Amino acid sequence: CFRNPVHMDSVLSGVNPDLASERLTASFSVEKLTARLDGGAEHTRMRRAIVEAIESDPAFSRENQYFQSQNERYEAAVRRAVHLQKKMREMGWTENGPEIKYIYRWLSGDIAFLLHRVFMRSISVLGSDKQVAKWIPLATEHQIIGSYAQTELGHGTYLQGLETTAVFDIATQEFLLNTPKISAMKWWPGDMGRSATHTVVFAQLYVHGKCYGVHPFIVQIRSLQDHSPRPGVTVGDIGPKMNFEHTDNGYLMLQNVRVPRENMLSRFCEVQPDGTYVRWGSQKINYFTMTTVRISILSDEVILPLMKACTIAIRYSAVRRQSKLKPGEQEAKILDYQTQQQKLLPQLAAAYAFHFINIYLHELFDRGYQEIQGRNFDSLPELHAFSSGFKAMVTQYCTSGVEICLRACGGHGYSLLSGLPSLYTRVLASCIYEGENTVLFLQTARFLIKCFMAASAGQPIPPSVTYLSSAKPGKCPAKDKLDFLSPDVYLKAYEQMAIRSVTKLQHLIQSGAEKHEAWNQCTVQLVKAAQAHCHYITVKIFVETVEKLDNKAGIQKVMKHLCDLFALHGIFSNAGDFLYDGYLSGAQMDLVTASYLDLLAVIRMDAVPLVDAFDFTDKSLNSALGSYDGQVYQRLYEWAQKSPTNQQVSPAYGKYLKPLLQNRLSKL
Amino acid sequence: IAKGRGEEGRPGGTARRGLQREGVINDPDFQHEDLNFLSRSQRYEQAIRKSSLMVMKLREHGIADPDEIYWFKRTCLGPFPEPFGLHFSMFQKTLETQTTDAQKEKWLPLVRGVNIIGTYAQTEMGHGTHLRGLETTATYDPATQEFILNSPTVTSIKWWPGGLGKTSNHAIVLAQLYTQGQCKGLHAFIVPIRQLGTHEPLPGITVGDIGPKFGYDEMDNGYLKMDNFRIPRENMLMKYAQVEPDGTYVKPLNDKLTYGTMVFIRSIIVGDSARSLSRACTIAIRYSAVRHQSELKAGEPEPQILDYQTQQYKLFPLLATAYAFHFVGAYIKDTYRRISGDIIEGDLSELPELHALTAGLKAFTSWTANAGIEECRMACGGHGYSRCSGLPDIYVTFTPSCTYEGENTVMMLQTARFLVKSYTQVSSGQRVTGMVSYLNDLSRQRIQPQHVAARPVTVRINDPISLVEAYKARAARLVEAAAKNLQAELNHRKSKEDAWNRTSVDLVRASEAHCHYVIVKLFTAKLSEISNAAVRAVMTELCLLYALYGISKNTGDFLQAGILTDTQVNQVNQHVKELLAIIRPNAVALVDSFDFHDVHLGSVLGRYDGNVYENMFEWAKKSPLNKTEVHESFHKHLKPMQAKL
Repeated sequence: CFRNPVHMDSVLSGVNPDLASERLTASFSVEKLTARLDGGAEHTRMRRAIVEAIESDPAFSRENQYFQSQNERYEAAVRRAVHLQKKMREMGWTENGPEIKYIYRWLSGDIAFLLHRVFMRSISVLGSDKQVAKWIPLATEHQIIGSYAQTELGHGTYLQGLETTAVFDIATQEFLLNTPKISAMKWWPGDMGRSATHTVVFAQLYVHGKCYGVHPFIVQIRSLQDHSPRPGVTVGDIGPKMNFEHTDNGYLMLQNVRVPRENMLSRFCEVQPDGTYVRWGSQKINYFTMTTVRISILSDEVILPLMKACTIAIRYSAVRRQSKLKPGEQEAKILDYQTQQQKLLPQLAAAYAFHFINIYLHELFDRGYQEIQGRNFDSLPELHAFSSGFKAMVTQYCTSGVEICLRACGGHGYSLLSGLPSLYTRVLASCIYEGENTVLFLQTARFLIKCFMAASAGQPIPPSVTYLSSAKPGKCPAKDKLDFLSPDVYLKAYEQMAIRSVTKLQHLIQSGAEKHEAWNQCTVQLVKAAQAHCHYITVKIFVETVEKLDNKAGIQKVMKHLCDLFALHGIFSNAGDFLYDGYLSGAQMDLVTASYLDLLAVIRMDAVPLVDAFDFTDKSLNSALGSYDGQVYQRLYEWAQKSPTNQQVSPAYGKYLKPLLQNRLSKL
Repeated sequence: IAKGRGEEGRPGGTARRGLQREGVINDPDFQHEDLNFLSRSQRYEQAIRKSSLMVMKLREHGIADPDEIYWFKRTCLGPFPEPFGLHFSMFQKTLETQTTDAQKEKWLPLVRGVNIIGTYAQTEMGHGTHLRGLETTATYDPATQEFILNSPTVTSIKWWPGGLGKTSNHAIVLAQLYTQGQCKGLHAFIVPIRQLGTHEPLPGITVGDIGPKFGYDEMDNGYLKMDNFRIPRENMLMKYAQVEPDGTYVKPLNDKLTYGTMVFIRSIIVGDSARSLSRACTIAIRYSAVRHQSELKAGEPEPQILDYQTQQYKLFPLLATAYAFHFVGAYIKDTYRRISGDIIEGDLSELPELHALTAGLKAFTSWTANAGIEECRMACGGHGYSRCSGLPDIYVTFTPSCTYEGENTVMMLQTARFLVKSYTQVSSGQRVTGMVSYLNDLSRQRIQPQHVAARPVTVRINDPISLVEAYKARAARLVEAAAKNLQAELNHRKSKEDAWNRTSVDLVRASEAHCHYVIVKLFTAKLSEISNAAVRAVMTELCLLYALYGISKNTGDFLQAGILTDTQVNQVNQHVKELLAIIRPNAVALVDSFDFHDVHLGSVLGRYDGNVYENMFEWAKKSPLNKTEVHESFHKHLKPMQAKL
């Protein structure tokens, strides 16, 4: 066992013995694993220093967030955003510095002006040098506040369908922007409902009556003096949602709003003064912002919530006792129940798997970004396929994972004070924004089919999909349950399954693909093929990551267990796909199950240290159930008493209950 | 097409209820601002107002029949929880069934007249489903003939009971009874908690609201802590067990009686699963007929998203599931009604099976409906996430049913216990009856060297009856596998509990397969009862879809057991897709048949008239953030920030 140092604050406050005992049995060094997750001990130090600076500033406290109304949440988010600017100046932090990601990670999105950052990024990527020089300083100084208006009431993921129009007027050298009908209203953009002064509007460009497709335009929507809407602009908040109460997602209607010709973002294409339309690159570049956003959300918006949910649920499961496992003993920790382990530990393994796939994707995209900056678009299709498929898979998996964690905490999971409901309602939005998941899976499937066709015709295909052409029929060689702890064995099974999912669509491929009706008739299978591909790559990257870890401090060993669990849980949960075609036999499936259940008991021993390694502070978890010291019940009781319902007298008693009890209802 | 048999399952009442419904919906007293725009305190206040009004109207109209009351309440209050809910259900029901005649005489008039408001306080902060672990104590003091109630630890504080925080002035408290120095287990006591007249907590009572939750904004779920709080001896519910004045404890005759209440409540949850899923399907399917997106054929207008196979594949199996659960809910309710006569007569022979079955079905249907509601929400894209869709509310109101009235995994294990017991009986040569009678076939097959799975494949995928057999074979195989694994563990280990725990994943799978079989069987059996040919035809399609979709989602079980071949799995998948296209033209009519009024659906996306976008805009304009054209945050924060820079 590793002697992991115990946090100072927990020594002072007294850790629940049920949680303390979990930390004595760790098979690895928690601190070393944390450093590995952060990408080095120096990063861990920097992150902790930043978190410390933020948490010690009461202006950033989130203790009351669960008690606040939509109006209060919005105002608090704006206040925090403004305060953050001040704080950054004080601390010498900058928007491009290494600290920024830790700052936003800690704030976990509960702050205004996030879309302002997307506004800036889209100008940086899509704007000409001149446009960048004009707008970025204004935005950086918050002289203007931006948003990003793409989605419409009637159109989301399908961008070609957008209905907002921008008609070029040669006479005045302006674009005339219009919302021709109600379904064309911009709907959902964050920061737009109440805060933004400007926004990037995506609209169908018309020059001389010809439509050139969707293009981005910078549009001022509110006065810089008194914040009132500009003439021709109707703008407001779209109303309460499942979460994001602090964000003023907005609607926007434009009636003959004019912007100068220079406001069309023109790094890649331009309308010249005489109305000539010029393009310098693939039109797909317009989507590159979205493509990178899909990857950039994964870490903080999707994987982090799963890590937090696992931390809360696993710590609570070590504290909560229920029923007896052995007569005469005290009630057992619910973490000792196999059914509880089966709910939580696969989610923990997935959180690690996705942490590693996220690093891999970022490396891939950093390379791709360099190429695109140099106007080399060759890698775009592959990047697009990757961003689509993994965005869909990771968001879907994490969403269901967080919900499993929520429901694994019994009744207390439903209290907002557990922190789990707000984690869930936040993460589930990620299944929709930046591209609806089913549509995204189909885009990945389209790429896979094209690659498979190309490979069949002997053409070169990107390295990530070369496995598709290596199909060899065969059977899984495993004879014993221990054989399934060999990555070669399960990786091969995943590979075979992914290949089969794609080749099963042979008839579609042979028909030349994308005959629309045929395509629609196969979409259910196409989605499955894309999922199988992404699942396979995730397992593969996890295996490769584990191989590269050094085995100091027990880390490689415990990561190997998690990798095995992630892989075997996937086979167990999708047994039919692996049994089909007989690559795995029924008897082998029983071995997989046995091995999988054995792993649960092994990882159980390290479960709490494995979530400790995520290194969330109590304040960032903001959960009565998940605190480091495990003083769950006391915290829940004290926090509940601060609820406004207990602080104020409800008028309901005097107005309704009293007359009712005294049988004077008729006076109501 | 199936109008009148959907939601209530009682065609005769539809017309009268329709009239009643219109009356309430148009009643100016019941109007209020859109709940989505209210704070939690305001929602609570509105709920209290409506509940109080409803009590008054019940009196005014002289409605007394329990079914009528239930319907009237749902009409008045819609699908939202009410702070009085536990007063009418648990508080009143418990007092009606567990009290002596003297207690009835004292309490029931006060309860029925709502002169007192009560709730039912069982769950504690540290203890839920495992009742024996509750820590609250009631110690009998013969000197004063009182019970002394105490919450000895933080974990023993009563936590979660609805209406406890702010509304109720009485509670039925479950506590460990101590008399003459001995613990006699859990018993129920009537405890006054707030002063009549002032509504202030009584001395020795600490009571309050547990704070905000995932939904249930209008409900004041509460906490209750008691410190040496004394109540008279007569406040113990004494129909069964009794404490005599000198402290002598008299044991109850039969403890299986409590099963009856549990069966009843869980059967209500099965019905709730059906109803909540039906509402979600109504919204998602109507909206999918209104929403146009992308292109199926180049150059053609954007199609309705309901024409996409992926969309149909998300929604139509759920529609079929909603219908399946309606029939299952009705079946359990009828069965319970049928045997509750026997229960009063003291014949409890059918109760254990029904108890085991409802535990599993409660878990199976609430899990499925829970996931289904989310699927419906996701199928509505971004707009599903807006509160105007109504889907977030349906979800948060329904999802706790996976936990309350018995945590689902625990429920599945209770069913498994019954299945294993039945399997053991069969193994030892006895026959079993009822829904588990398929286990009898296992003993016949035991003569053969291979297990049940090795039977020749005879499944006809177009025939619901044949599919029932396939589900039966799967259930048999998984029950057998779980029972054998349990036996193997028992051979290795000392403790029964340990062996059970190490098999529990298999046991839950077996229970799920059993419940799935029961549902397919009940749905199939229902078909022959439908007299209208057109209705029967469309119900048959839904039944087939339900059964085949279930197979396609669990192909591993059917392949591994050799019930289906690879080729048949392909055929199943193919046939599912064909059924989607067949059901497509009836999809909207099938949700219209559920007959939800727009007011109760509470969804802009699911409006009967389909005028979605213009009404979303109207709805959004009323958002609290839009009260003023320029939000006060501009003056407070944004302007100073820009000025400073």
